Amino acid sequence: MTATRFTTDHEYVRVDGDIGVVGVTDYAQSQLGDIVFIELPSVGKKIAKGEQLATIESVKAASELFSPVSGEVVEVNGELDTSPALVNEDPLGAGWFVKLRLSEPDELADLLDEDAYQTHVNTL
Amino acid sequence: MRYHPLSNADRDEMRRAIGVADIAELFADMPGGVVEKFDLPRGKSEIEVERHLARLAAKNIAASQAPFFVGAGAYRHHVPASVDHLIQRSEFLTSYTPYQPEISQGTLQYLFEFQTQVATLAGMEIANASMYDGSTGCAEAMLMAHRITKRRKALLSGGLHPQYAEVARTVARLAGDEIMTLAPDVTAAEDLIAQIDDSLSCVIVQTPDFFGNLRDLRAVADACHRHGALLIAAFTEAVSLGLLTSPGAMGADIVVGEGQSIGNALNFGGPYVGLFATRQEFLRQMPGRLCGETVDAEGRRGYVLTLSTREQHIRRDKATSNICTNSGLCALAFSIHMTLLGGAGLARLARVNHANAVALRDMLTQVEGVEVLNKSFFNEFTVRVRGDAAALVERLAARGVLAGVPVSRLLPGAGLDDLLLLASTEMNTDEDRATLVAELKGAL
Amino acid sequence: MLDQLKTTEAPATFTGNRGLELEEPLLFDIGRDDATGVDIEEPAPFASCLGGLEREAPVALPGLSEPETLRHYVRLSRKNYSIDGGIYPLGSCTMKHNPRLNEKMARLAGFADIHPLQPQSTVQGALEVMEQLTHWLLTLTNMEALALSPKAGAHGESCGLMAIKSAIAARGESATRKTVLVPQSAHGTNPASAALLGFELRAIPTGADGILHAEAVEPLLGPDVAAIMLTNPNTCGLFERDIAKIAKMVRDAGGYFYCDGANFNAIAGLARPGDFGVDAMHINLHKTFSTPHGGGGPGAGPVVLSARLAPFAPAPLLIREDGGLRLKEDVRGTQGFGRITAFHGQMGMFTRALAYMLAHGADGLAQASRDAVLSANYVRAKLRDMMTAPFGDRPCMHEVLFDDAWLAGTGVTTLDFAKAMIDEGFHPMTVYFPLVAHGAMLIEPTESESKASLDLFIATLRRLGERALRGDEAAFRAAPLHAPRRRLDETLAARKPVLRRTQGAA
Repeated sequence: MTATRFTTDHEYVRVDGDIGVVGVTDYAQSQLGDIVFIELPSVGKKIAKGEQLATIESVKAASELFSPVSGEVVEVNGELDTSPALVNEDPLGAGWFVKLRLSEPDELADLLDEDAYQTHVNTL
Repeated sequence: MRYHPLSNADRDEMRRAIGVADIAELFADMPGGVVEKFDLPRGKSEIEVERHLARLAAKNIAASQAPFFVGAGAYRHHVPASVDHLIQRSEFLTSYTPYQPEISQGTLQYLFEFQTQVATLAGMEIANASMYDGSTGCAEAMLMAHRITKRRKALLSGGLHPQYAEVARTVARLAGDEIMTLAPDVTAAEDLIAQIDDSLSCVIVQTPDFFGNLRDLRAVADACHRHGALLIAAFTEAVSLGLLTSPGAMGADIVVGEGQSIGNALNFGGPYVGLFATRQEFLRQMPGRLCGETVDAEGRRGYVLTLSTREQHIRRDKATSNICTNSGLCALAFSIHMTLLGGAGLARLARVNHANAVALRDMLTQVEGVEVLNKSFFNEFTVRVRGDAAALVERLAARGVLAGVPVSRLLPGAGLDDLLLLASTEMNTDEDRATLVAELKGAL
Repeated sequence: MLDQLKTTEAPATFTGNRGLELEEPLLFDIGRDDATGVDIEEPAPFASCLGGLEREAPVALPGLSEPETLRHYVRLSRKNYSIDGGIYPLGSCTMKHNPRLNEKMARLAGFADIHPLQPQSTVQGALEVMEQLTHWLLTLTNMEALALSPKAGAHGESCGLMAIKSAIAARGESATRKTVLVPQSAHGTNPASAALLGFELRAIPTGADGILHAEAVEPLLGPDVAAIMLTNPNTCGLFERDIAKIAKMVRDAGGYFYCDGANFNAIAGLARPGDFGVDAMHINLHKTFSTPHGGGGPGAGPVVLSARLAPFAPAPLLIREDGGLRLKEDVRGTQGFGRITAFHGQMGMFTRALAYMLAHGADGLAQASRDAVLSANYVRAKLRDMMTAPFGDRPCMHEVLFDDAWLAGTGVTTLDFAKAMIDEGFHPMTVYFPLVAHGAMLIEPTESESKASLDLFIATLRRLGERALRGDEAAFRAAPLHAPRRRLDETLAARKPVLRRTQGAA
């Protein structure tokens, strides 16, 4: 079953079995502006929850993406190299960043579900 | 005062608008208040300033006043009158960094042209909009190699300009990185390749080197790449790029050097202009400003500073460098001179330089007590003299001849006190060479 | 509708030119392989000595004749805004008048045509310029020593921090003192310079009144603090009232005080940073002392040092001995931390700055600073009823900081406002810096503007502000309309970087 969880920092992880697809939300991409470059980790890298996973560059700013969960990087989105705009256009779909094999699935319980995240965004 | 447009009446009106009776009220936060007296003279008229500075200028022996053979990292070349005239145009001289590109297309277009010229000369894919100078550029290249390879140890050839090496060592030491410098390599005999291993991020080799020797970098480049290290090729005489195989063609990963020779006067050491070029794949690790092509809202081609997220004003403590300035006007001078020359003209200029150096070398073989050491050179070479080279240079200076740079000036205590660097550019005449030879004969 | 806002109602021309506004192609589209503006005679045949390293392929760069070269660059120049042409109200940049006398003096053969490695006996006049500049800067700042070699402000920051790091090492405290305190309002070069030297950064929060308070700094101090880096006046244009107190606290805690001298134009000739307890401060000769910005450089950033940092100054050291001057280039055996550039520093800028100082004198420098502060406060007083200040309306120093709160709800951003200024013939003020103000607008008029110029500037900002508040959003988003180019696509430039013309490309 696929479930998507969110952080208050506007990252998401869409879980299918023990694989989580990580990216940033629509709110995040609208705040970042036109994205020009994404620096992604290497496949095989082990990431702890809260550790820096990627760097997102827009024209006027560079932001860090912190991993919402712990795991091992099993795939990175190669499309982002030539088409960073995918993050702006389809952040929850084609604009995904990395796929992690979750090492601590219990961490998901600490994250927001879709309704809770939407509530959070509405306060901003 | 002639530079201050506000009149006392203006100041009164402005104070009234602000609501203060005395300007001192605006300085109320300064602990201790305003300092009333400084041990400094009152302002001078333009006549007095000219007189004061002209007197100081007259105490120096300018290159045009003596037969001149001084090189060692800065070279005397002819700069066409158009160059200095153009860089003094208000819109170039008194403009700011092109952060508002719509009203800075002049600056941005010449930077784009400059980047193209530098990359082409270096034989590399991309170049930046210039560094402060060759020596700081060299240190930045080293740091860039550390970032790319994730190693923090550099190896410096013994043919690298000693002050470039000192700068790199200073930066490395204070940043907590490792660095190894080979002994001064007078005849380009060092076995650099034997020192290359997997611990290095980069090897820095200069050609033409400090002693004037020309080096084929291909084998060193291969050795570097086999060990996952980068080859940084340095140069101090940009005119040499017109005649020699480019560092890029020899396998360099970063090419960095001094551009002063093209378009810029000697200026007692500054301002100069650092040239920095590298491979496309290393683009995001490159320090310094970058100018890129784009279009405006009407689809017309234009230029902007780009990839600023590498830089300090955005990335702050995670920036590739702390650099906030390029050497704009000096880069413009370089570019204008390069445009006037064209590639063919630069090659011709380089051939004249080399011819003059060969002519000098040939004449020196007739001088007892002087031995030319180089097997190859561009427009500068090393001679061994009988006795102390520094004392010789002083004696000849007192006789009105600026006879090169004693190696001991830049490498004191290295046992090289009898070595002298002689540079010969298109500015040297037959008469200059004859005078130098006569004076050397007389002194030795 | 936005896209249809064209630059002019007049019909398009064949050339694309509009009267004196001329389009100019790239050098590579007009140059030719065989064209040249320099006549060089081919040398007579000779036996070359190039060790087999003669280039095989020709240098693939075009040339132009002299008249074509003049035309190309003159046309390019006319697309640039410049101080000679108009006010540059850029906060933090001090875009003052660049006296032409300085250019003339720097070009005297005795200064321009001398080599850094000539025998020192042949360049005593140049060394005297350096000595006199040193005297002026040390007297103005009440500091002990001057490091002349840094080539720019940021380079000066590196130099000062290197001296501090070396002083800490000399005390045997390298392992413990690894943190540098930097305000959130600091210029980006400050944390960048510290990070390059391996320091960890700790942020000092800016107070609600825009300045630092000793009580806020105190808890951040400890045996791990190497230095504090402050700008004074700060980047919000305010004098740091607690500066002497903070300096003493830092010193008592064993740390050093680095001062970013970018804003020295507010106090030069009126106050001395040495009196506040500064240990090292770079001075931007291209800001306070009028050396030209040249479209981005060259700059110069000599660093004044306190008595406790003076021993660590880098090579070269200027020494007077035996009735003459000498540059000591070898600092081995001293505590000097090494060398940060080849040769001696930006001599061309020293001559220009000294000419500026001689022309002004102590009295003139004080007047310049007073006029700079007066002008900034005049702008503040005339616009405070319309524009909002992040720390409330209060006297500023040589620059005034506004934020974008007053534009809330208009749909006009600080960027849009800036672009509209361009159409009115003004270079915009500094925008989005310092970061502590939202949508910051930092205005520094300098002492070089006449009252008429200031009044026109103020009146224009008022007019633009009123239009923004009235809801003229679309016009602002479309600006600029009249500059040589409309807004440029910076996203495209960053996503698909094209940094040069490639051979054969159109």
